[in-house]
Amino acid sequence: MALTETPMQAERARTIYEKSKPGRRAAVLPDAEVPELPLAELIPSDLLRAEPPRLPEIAEPEIVRHYNKLSRRNFDLDSGFYPLGSCTMKHNPRLNERVAALPGHARLHPAQDPKRAQGALELMWLLQESLGEICGLPHVSLQPSAGSHGELAGLLLTRAFHADRGEERTKVLAPDTSHGTNPASVTMAGYEVVKVATNERGGVEMDDLRAKIDEDPDQVACLMLTNPNTLGLFDENIAEIAELIHKAGGTLYYDGANLNAVMGHSRPGDMGFDIVHVNLHKSFSQPHGGGGPGAGPIAVSERIEPFLPRPQVVRRESDNGGGPSFDLDLERPKSIGRLRGFQGNFGVFVRSYAYILSLGGDGLAEASETAVLNANYLKARLAEGRAGERLPVAFERHCMHEFVLSGKPMKKELGLATLDLAKRLLDFGFHPPTVYFPLLVEEALMIEPTETETKESLDGFAEAIEQILAEAESDPERAKQAPYTTPVRRLDEVKATRRPVVRQPLPPPEGDGHRSVGRASR
Amino acid sequence: MTRYTSATDADRAEMLAAIGADSVDDLFEQIPEPLRLGRPLALPDGMSEAEVFERLAALAARNEDAESQVCFVGAGMYDHYVPAIVDAITQRSEFLTPYTPYQPEISQGGLQVMFEFQTAMSELTGLPVSNAGLYEGPSSIASAGYLAMAATKRKRFVVSRGLHPHSRETLATYAVGYGAELVEVELRDGETDAEALAAAVDDETAAVFLQSPNFLGAVEQVEALGSAAKQHGALLIVATDPMTLGVLKPPGECGADIALGEGQPLGNRLDFGGPSFGFFCATEEQIRRMPGRIAGETDDVDGRRGFVLALQTREQHIRREKATHNICTAQALNALGAMVHLAWLGREGFRELGELLVRRTAYARERLAAVEGVELLHTAPVAREFALRLDAPVERVLERCAERGIVAGYPLGREYPEYEDGLLVAITERRSKAQIDDLVETLGAAIQAEIGALVSDSATKAPEGVS
Repeated sequence: MALTETPMQAERARTIYEKSKPGRRAAVLPDAEVPELPLAELIPSDLLRAEPPRLPEIAEPEIVRHYNKLSRRNFDLDSGFYPLGSCTMKHNPRLNERVAALPGHARLHPAQDPKRAQGALELMWLLQESLGEICGLPHVSLQPSAGSHGELAGLLLTRAFHADRGEERTKVLAPDTSHGTNPASVTMAGYEVVKVATNERGGVEMDDLRAKIDEDPDQVACLMLTNPNTLGLFDENIAEIAELIHKAGGTLYYDGANLNAVMGHSRPGDMGFDIVHVNLHKSFSQPHGGGGPGAGPIAVSERIEPFLPRPQVVRRESDNGGGPSFDLDLERPKSIGRLRGFQGNFGVFVRSYAYILSLGGDGLAEASETAVLNANYLKARLAEGRAGERLPVAFERHCMHEFVLSGKPMKKELGLATLDLAKRLLDFGFHPPTVYFPLLVEEALMIEPTETETKESLDGFAEAIEQILAEAESDPERAKQAPYTTPVRRLDEVKATRRPVVRQPLPPPEGDGHRSVGRASR
Repeated sequence: MTRYTSATDADRAEMLAAIGADSVDDLFEQIPEPLRLGRPLALPDGMSEAEVFERLAALAARNEDAESQVCFVGAGMYDHYVPAIVDAITQRSEFLTPYTPYQPEISQGGLQVMFEFQTAMSELTGLPVSNAGLYEGPSSIASAGYLAMAATKRKRFVVSRGLHPHSRETLATYAVGYGAELVEVELRDGETDAEALAAAVDDETAAVFLQSPNFLGAVEQVEALGSAAKQHGALLIVATDPMTLGVLKPPGECGADIALGEGQPLGNRLDFGGPSFGFFCATEEQIRRMPGRIAGETDDVDGRRGFVLALQTREQHIRREKATHNICTAQALNALGAMVHLAWLGREGFRELGELLVRRTAYARERLAAVEGVELLHTAPVAREFALRLDAPVERVLERCAERGIVAGYPLGREYPEYEDGLLVAITERRSKAQIDDLVETLGAAIQAEIGALVSDSATKAPEGVS
């Protein structure tokens, strides 16, 4: 099928460097207005570069066309269903973009005197308070830039907490099904990962947890968990888990990837977690941007608070009857220190705070309810017909905001791997679910519809799966060769790793370094 | 308040029937009763879009930004003019709303942008390999330390005091986890003390960290300073300001193994400090130890050119605890902004902008140094930022200037006790000659007023708002 190329396929990828021609340009700069002394009179010539970097030479209309054309080679959430498990691809309100772009936010210098940035500091403080309430923990640092950054922060906090008590612990427990960032963060924080087995419900295997703790309780620094877990199921043993870890003297860390399931219904702090990271780009609608920016604030319990990163936004009551003021607290003697420059991803804070204001406490709870309803409905739809037969749900009971199917029967009976199904879904205009995760489910498909999808979208997705499975009964090759309609077809990923080509080769400079001495004509 | 959802009562009823549940509450029964919140969140009720806008606009109005004041502060982030096409392109849904390109067939746009961005950063820094971006500047420097430890099997970092204070502090935070030791090398006349640096580097040193231009604006003698690292087999890691690389010799030509830094000056707004991106370039030798995403070129089954995430075997989702780093975020949208800005500037415009900055900076430095009560903190060559010493208390002088609508610079005493009288002044193409002239006059008057206030009875003459 699709033996003729689509127009987009027929147009081969050309980088902007390949569209460049000497002499073309877009920017016209202001006049210097000051004496145009030779550069070498201002900076010793051995510190100057001989040739400018070979950036593209291209006029503005063609830059715009180039990137608009490239944009059409992306699939995006604003164009279609994106049920990528654990990524919470919910609608990104445009209101949030508008308020983030206000000059008072967008052009505020991060080193501005706090007295002259009161609105920004108040916004950060309000967001801290809101996240603390949602997480059920009293203190928040907005500084971490992403979930993985929050994890590292949490582990460094754990280290500081123990060091303050004169302890040095070496082991961090994490389920064998945890997200890969968990063990990577553990190593960076100087700990050793101890894997804890997962029970058949995706929860912590309690006997194994007890055994791993009992091996050497004094060495247990922390247990990292997500709840609901990677199967989209709430771990009912969480209170007992918290008790075991706390008894051993460790901290309990909550990976907030799945917070969208429980907002306003259950709080990690109440479950016994000491440290929580929140992915503002998941539950709080910051656009994913094709892989960032996001933010990963952390909420912590009282005993962890003294160690929070510097600076911390604080509210100070007025002595003379005026309103409160806000400041950056740098005097934190037990702080682990900075995790990055300045105050964090403020633009993300603005968007997420706007989102929280829009929904309110009741709206957040309702968002979680609808997310859970949508997930359970889609799970029910996929339990029907061919999907029910070939793609059984990994664990049969109500799920929270996401669920996991196994493609094992599909692979065995139709010869179709989960990857083939995912690639065939692309031809139907859907982003595939997360595939091959969690690892404990063979040929896994992890599906998270989020609350912002309609019943019609969910039905459409279920019908596409049904159609692909029906098609595979007579013609399995069709899915195995898919996709057909995308800008490119299956790509050779092995080649890109064995012999990496990671930049555009460019022709050597033409010995025309003098060319740039002249200025552009206006 | 219901927002951004579509489920009607009829939808809910149908969906619950399909699920086989009586109510949505049934679905939450898996949460043990004592762990259910059982009350509404103590947050305000939801608001209309218009009300949210007004609320956020009111907060924004309480900030004094670079639109309402003339901003001469840099210190790592700069008030450059970001061309209109950057906003137009980065706000396109197709770039704004997808996730990381795990499905390359439908992510060719984003992946090709990464490839183009890597090419641009490689050109700027003079190093062959770039990643697709990291969180921001200082944490990228901490990441470079992790790479250096893996490359050298050593755990000692020698760090110039010319590195951004936030970079040094972030590196120190991470170093606790790494189990690494930090040794700081002082500045002398604004530049890293070469003798002290040479003495500090030994055979246990994993990396030497320099910044050029350094925090005081001085263009460092990177090549000469770096020889100490080479002699002892340590990596040379150079943080830099990308906007100066149209004119300054790139770190890759000065012996750097890694060149990196804060990317904000390229196509990103100030945003009170983020989001922006960190760039990270290295020699070929380090490619398999790099942190972050890297896009690579390949072919599809029909032989068409395409792009994928390359070298994923370094990454946490495959290597887990043995990964080269824990980072998943490429700040892809911020890197796109940088790429569009760089394409807009182009080869000639990028150099011209660098030259413009150097010339206006030289002008501003010369004029300010001639002001009574002002002298240069150092005389080292500078590109776009320079340090002064004031004869009057810096914070109070700044307060006086701010009252006249000018943020005159960054008070160095905040981070460097030894430069309590120091002021760091940054120039961008938005700072016109007229604004610079205005700064000269305003700063001079503020200093004189402060000196006067100090000489006479300061209690009655203290300016309003200064405690």
